[in-house]
Amino acid sequence: MFVSYKWLQDYVDLSGVSASELAEKITKSGIEVEGVDVLNEGITGVVVGHVVERVQHPNADKLSKCQVDIGQGEPVQIICGAPNVAQGQKVAVATVGAVLPGNFKIKRAKLRGEESNGMICSLTELGIEAKVVAKEYSEGIFVFPQDAEVGTDAIALLNRNDEVLELGLTPNRADCLSMLGVAYEVAAILGKDVKLPEIDQQPVNEKATDYITVKVDANEDNPLYAAKVIKNVKIGPSPLWMQTRLMSAGIRPHNNVVDITNYILLEYGQPLHAFDYDRLGSKEILVRRAHDGEKFTTLDDVERTLTSDHLVITNGTEPIALAGVMGGANSEVTSDTTTVLLEAAYFTGGTVRKASKDHGLRSEASARFEKGVDPNRVRAAGERAAYLMAKYAGGEVLEGASEVDTLTVEPAVVSITLEKINNVIGTNMTVAEVEAIFERLQFAVTSEDENITVTAPTRRGDIKIEEDLIEEVARLYGYDNIPKTLPIGSATPGKLSDYQEKRRIVRQYLEGAGLFQAVTYSLTSEEKAAQFALEKRDFIRLAMPMSEDRSILRLSIMPQLLEVLKYNSARQNDSLAVYETGAVFLANGNEVLPEEREHLAGAITGLWHSHSWQGEKKAVDFYVLKGILEGLFAKLGLTESVTYVQAKVDNMHPGRTAEIHLNGERIGFVGQVHPTMQKELDLKDTYVFELSLKAILEEATAPLRYLGIPRFPSITRDIALVVDKETVAGVLKDIIQTAGGKLLKEVNVFDLYEGERMEEGKKSIAYSLKYMDPERTLTDEEVTKVHTQVLEALKNQAGAVLRG
Amino acid sequence: MQERLKELQQEAIQKIEQSQSLKELNDIRVAYLGKKGPITEVLRGMGKLSAEERPIMGALANEVREAIATVLEAKQKELEEAAVLEKLASESIDVTLPGRPVKVGNHHPLTRIIEEIEDLFIGMGYQVAEGPEVEQDYYNFEALNLPKGHPARDMQDSFYITDEILLRTHTSPVQARTMEKNQGKGPIKIICPGKVYRRDNDDATHSHQFMQIEGLVVGENIRMSDLHGTLEIFAKKMFGEDREIRLRPSFFPFTEPSVEMDISCMICGGHGCNVCKKTGWIEILGAGMVHPNVLEMAGYDSKKYTGFAFGMGPERIAMLKYGVDDIRHFYTNDVRFLKQFSKHE
Ligand SMILES: [Zn+2]
Repeated sequence: MFVSYKWLQDYVDLSGVSASELAEKITKSGIEVEGVDVLNEGITGVVVGHVVERVQHPNADKLSKCQVDIGQGEPVQIICGAPNVAQGQKVAVATVGAVLPGNFKIKRAKLRGEESNGMICSLTELGIEAKVVAKEYSEGIFVFPQDAEVGTDAIALLNRNDEVLELGLTPNRADCLSMLGVAYEVAAILGKDVKLPEIDQQPVNEKATDYITVKVDANEDNPLYAAKVIKNVKIGPSPLWMQTRLMSAGIRPHNNVVDITNYILLEYGQPLHAFDYDRLGSKEILVRRAHDGEKFTTLDDVERTLTSDHLVITNGTEPIALAGVMGGANSEVTSDTTTVLLEAAYFTGGTVRKASKDHGLRSEASARFEKGVDPNRVRAAGERAAYLMAKYAGGEVLEGASEVDTLTVEPAVVSITLEKINNVIGTNMTVAEVEAIFERLQFAVTSEDENITVTAPTRRGDIKIEEDLIEEVARLYGYDNIPKTLPIGSATPGKLSDYQEKRRIVRQYLEGAGLFQAVTYSLTSEEKAAQFALEKRDFIRLAMPMSEDRSILRLSIMPQLLEVLKYNSARQNDSLAVYETGAVFLANGNEVLPEEREHLAGAITGLWHSHSWQGEKKAVDFYVLKGILEGLFAKLGLTESVTYVQAKVDNMHPGRTAEIHLNGERIGFVGQVHPTMQKELDLKDTYVFELSLKAILEEATAPLRYLGIPRFPSITRDIALVVDKETVAGVLKDIIQTAGGKLLKEVNVFDLYEGERMEEGKKSIAYSLKYMDPERTLTDEEVTKVHTQVLEALKNQAGAVLRG
Repeated sequence: MQERLKELQQEAIQKIEQSQSLKELNDIRVAYLGKKGPITEVLRGMGKLSAEERPIMGALANEVREAIATVLEAKQKELEEAAVLEKLASESIDVTLPGRPVKVGNHHPLTRIIEEIEDLFIGMGYQVAEGPEVEQDYYNFEALNLPKGHPARDMQDSFYITDEILLRTHTSPVQARTMEKNQGKGPIKIICPGKVYRRDNDDATHSHQFMQIEGLVVGENIRMSDLHGTLEIFAKKMFGEDREIRLRPSFFPFTEPSVEMDISCMICGGHGCNVCKKTGWIEILGAGMVHPNVLEMAGYDSKKYTGFAFGMGPERIAMLKYGVDDIRHFYTNDVRFLKQFSKHE
């Protein structure tokens, strides 16, 4: 809603309050003023001129040579390019030295050899938006009415010495979609009265009901329909002040009748429609639901196909308007119109919303009906419009209106106690203070002891319950005046859950290990949705995606993380380590919510470590990433519960990938991205993991207990084993640990050799075994006994022999 | 004999003082003080002396030995120190060369903002509540006083999966779920961070996926003044002690009265600039007193219980706080962007 500061003064005394001060006050008490537009900003030196002579420019077809009287002695010569400039016109002249918007300075000039002393202006050149300029002036200069006085300030005459407040209205404040609504709001803020618009009619001695009958077949959609008749109107331009007010509110002037309906729409918030009475083709208005498939051409000359969801105004048979949305071409007011049928009606929001949405016709009128107009203002708006048509279109208003009225208007009566108000806001107001606030709002208020009863006017349809009253009190009391306190009452422990705390530990750990946290999108493409998924499930698809790339909820984080590597790689960051925690979505059928499982994924690529001037370089490999994971599981106390099993995973290197098992259950994978995919993504060797973060964070861990520092020495035995190449270290370690029993405290691999000095198909792997008894010093014989058992077991179970 | 000893002493000391290396010094030691040295030789000749002279000569010989030994020791120490210095000098390095880099990552800026907010509210007795990102229409809208067909649903164009299931458009359903779980009992003090989704085209200021963090307090005597006090603490902690706050009435279907909070512009200090659109104020969050319908639907007696709720966008906060100019940076994960958020502040 655009609110002219000057226009508003018709209804409220704004003396002593500037437009910007007013904007600040309105914002602080509830309606955000999104901007204050100073209409004449950057414009000086524009006056009314009289074109006393216009001749063709001798050297240019499209230019005119004009002699213009600007009220400073002799007329000045101005070269003008507008097609509509003509002798005798009163026009806006930017004189030499004038400044127009965009800091455009007017200078004396020569145009094709002819002197030009200024510029005749179009409205857009004066800073008015093209879309609100009347059609007749849209391709050329603006022409003032003949009574404009030569030499006076043209900007003032165009009502541009004004400021426009742009209100950002929330859906509950539809009452401020009108100048009167804003006036009530401003009056409440400033503690002033509202002056209502003038309606002063002398109706002719004929009745509207003699001209028209009204019937409504859809009372629930249209509980009130009033038709007034104004005859002998003369269609012409509306007064300049009205045109300029419409323009500053964002509406393009057309003619006096249409402009008056739009003016009332702005003034009362009540959309009206003017029909050409003589084009109705009947003396009857019938409001009904459209028939399915019924055709109707709206006044924008588009043929529309209607359904029974849409409400139409008909002449008894044919539609003449889509109710509350747009009139029809068949009954539109034209320059030949002499009798106007003026519709003032109440259409319900849902009906209008459906029609405007189905036909893509959002208008100032439909927006107001959708949000709800004031039922008590419908008739007054019609009366005022008729009055203005009499005054500015020479019309004669017929007595009364033809009406169907089934509307019951009951203002909301809400009671509240003073205690409740003070308890909710946190104040110590008195009954008198509260009553004063409602009086400023022009809400009827009575009180008995500390019970306050408020009757909200129908223009404020948003007031329904106690809390609405509290809001009115609070906002006029001033939100900033509300004390600042903190909640009292029983204390609540502020803390993270175990899960949340552990998740933070995971993040900190991974970042300490060199990985950056990424956050990527949950929505992905069909192609990527299933890649790397730990579980195959049906896709969860959006009903109406915005693009194929963002149409399905991810089953795995990995594709997005690889996208991050690709993006960075392409920008000279090909050594990178990232991780992400976030939900993946596992469908459970259409009817129920999917399971959202929090995953953890990580990816490392390129060089893991490089220290250039020392010549150190280390590329990422499987064991770098596995080491990070081992550290993570150690941090979470899960070292004993996690195992790695060589496995094949789609899109992963078949020989360099392991499944991660937690207590024997597969919870994720770690390994190298398949070289084919690496190539597709233009990545260097890339190692990745993804696992169920939920699984590892929900796994209970043993409480931390101190273990005594060993007081007795340990004995270490190193062994180098020759085994088949296929024998994996994990198996050997298990054999060693089982056979070593209690005394074996540690087993570490310290060498691996698969080179040419080995027999074909064999490899050598060396372990260091540490034996110890916490209670005493072990003897060599005791260790040898156990150690022999270990060697026996290795030989029997894995065919491992000691390397010679 | 006596003269011979004095002579030896002088000779030895001279040699010691002229010696250049530890080896040379050792040779001198052997030469003068060793068993085959001249002093021993002199002492051996003592047999020729009288019984009275012998102890005197003995004492003299010892004196000479000690004198030589003392000088020798001092010289040795001096040479050893010189040797150490020489060794260290040869070991010197260029201390201005860069160190070995330690590989450290860091939080995503949004996580950083969210954890900062979480920690602030945890300190005030809040718990962190989370909920599903794919939600039922009921929790996302209906339980929040947005019945089907409500015009305000237009304000949040949503990604539906079925008629009843959608990607949540805000984190408020977590509040509805938490209240429902508490079965009409207070107090509740929660902060709810998480991802939300809206049908927006991605551009510099819009993202179809973004973060939200909301707070909810429900209890028997929760007042708007408590909201005011809480928001002020939040604003000053997040944006600096010198920030001023301004509350404005607003409208949200799930709160009544509703509030929007502005803070004085941190760029221009309130004088007006492009960031604050010349107003001196920057909108930071929406809040309000929980609507009685919302309380009742979750099983609370709205005559007995009141509550306040507030919600904000971590992206917007990060953009304002760090001067990030394009929301897409948060989801592109350019490492040159991410690594800028490692510094503690
Ligand atoms: Zn600023």
